[in-house]
Amino acid sequence: MIQALIERLRRMLEVVQDFSLFTAALLKTAFIPPFYGREMMHQLYFAGIGSLLIVVVSGTVAGQALGLQLARELAQSGAKSQLGHFMVISVVRALGPVLVGMVVASRMAAGITAEIGAMRSSDQIDALVAFGTDPMKRLVVPRMVALVIALPCLVIIGDALAVIGGGLVGMQYHVTWESYWAGVLHYLTPRNILVGMIKPVLFAIMIVAVACWKGFTSEGGAKGVGTSTTESVVISSVGILILDGVLTRLIFRLLHW
Amino acid sequence: MIEFRDVDYSIDGRPILKGISLAVRAGETRVILGPSGSGKSTTLRLLIGLVKPDKGSIFIDGEDITRMSEERLRQIRHGIGMVFQQGALFDSMTVGENVGYALLEQSDDEADVEARVREVLRRVGLDDELIDRMPDEMSGGMQRRVAIGRALAARDPKILLYDEPTTGLDPQSAELITDLIVQLRDSLGKTSILVTHDIADAFKVGNSITVLSEGRVVFDGNATDLDRSNDSFIHQFLAPFRTAVAAAAKRLEDASRAAPAPPLRGGTT
Repeated sequence: MIQALIERLRRMLEVVQDFSLFTAALLKTAFIPPFYGREMMHQLYFAGIGSLLIVVVSGTVAGQALGLQLARELAQSGAKSQLGHFMVISVVRALGPVLVGMVVASRMAAGITAEIGAMRSSDQIDALVAFGTDPMKRLVVPRMVALVIALPCLVIIGDALAVIGGGLVGMQYHVTWESYWAGVLHYLTPRNILVGMIKPVLFAIMIVAVACWKGFTSEGGAKGVGTSTTESVVISSVGILILDGVLTRLIFRLLHW
Repeated sequence: MIEFRDVDYSIDGRPILKGISLAVRAGETRVILGPSGSGKSTTLRLLIGLVKPDKGSIFIDGEDITRMSEERLRQIRHGIGMVFQQGALFDSMTVGENVGYALLEQSDDEADVEARVREVLRRVGLDDELIDRMPDEMSGGMQRRVAIGRALAARDPKILLYDEPTTGLDPQSAELITDLIVQLRDSLGKTSILVTHDIADAFKVGNSITVLSEGRVVFDGNATDLDRSNDSFIHQFLAPFRTAVAAAAKRLEDASRAAPAPPLRGGTT
């Protein structure tokens, strides 16, 4: 029993070590030529334009839901003029990056792991190596660069729609658009924007590292690819929440908030 | 040119190859024959550096690839064209992008690459108008031809490796692929290794044959010697194909009798 537990722990540590080495190699490789510009543009389109609709829908809906909750509570306590303030802080610093990160993660992680897993099981990755290509450079780096560019842009779009949605809901509680917008602009400081933009960059690196690593290590044909894809979505989604918690604490400490 | 020296390879402690030694001369076409699970494909994977041996050395042109840097190994791979078991075509790329893959990696001259791709497609018996098709829009036999074309186009390789190129094809398509390999052998004269479990293919293609069983070399020679072998495994393995073996051995003997004496090198002044 104890032996089995130790063995399980050892395997878990091995997995963590392998993933850490993979991520380190990815970050190192990202700055060494050749750069696959065409592949990166293709991935940028897939990650950015391809994720736009789900970001628009989830940003609008979540913003309105949050606005409704806040407006009601603030109206009851006589602080409805603070709606813009609370919306900006909640959306730009916390909800926006996490919400957009998670919806994009579920789409991108599934797509990347399934594609790379299928390539692995059909020897396409071995074929790349056989032709003298580094699969890390050809497959992983373009996806990482694309998502590092696309995710912050998607977060900006999601944040904007959520904040606008919150304002529209606030009008039902007699919060004027002018006072709401003044509150938004007052708290939309470079510091808050910076915090909201650092997170998606790190989320993007994490999503691609997890998804590609699960793809490369998938075994057992179609069933194995299916299992890896599920694990990839779960790990990257939970990873975003954990990373958000860690980053928030770290940022609070560094910025003395 | 290619040499395996006492190579052991195992997966999770399960031995796959046990003390393999074999040598392939420049320009020779060697067939590695054996039943499923005998370690045939693993020899090719070792040769191209996709996996590392537990023990022993593998030499290509005198360089031990098991002890070289990844960068040097990548350069060595540029001189090798490999045809994978199921083709392993890049399914997100067109036929043209597949065949020209290695060339596009090195050249920005797309017109030049396209011309070379069209030439290679014709060489492997395909209509060059297929250049814009996706691999999944083609039959298995055509995909395998594209895979051979991709290996050929790759920077004019010195070595060609075929990993069971006819597996999964109908008999007619399989024969067309085997004929293509023979034609390339005769016209290009490149050092080639064909891995197969199909004895008829082996005799049709190979100048020499290595038979593997349970990760060991049980035979290394030509068709005539294979036919005369007293090894019980060889007897059992070849039994269903005895007639083909005898015919191939006779063909080989006739050919060697009819062949003119090799020209003398050097000479007197």
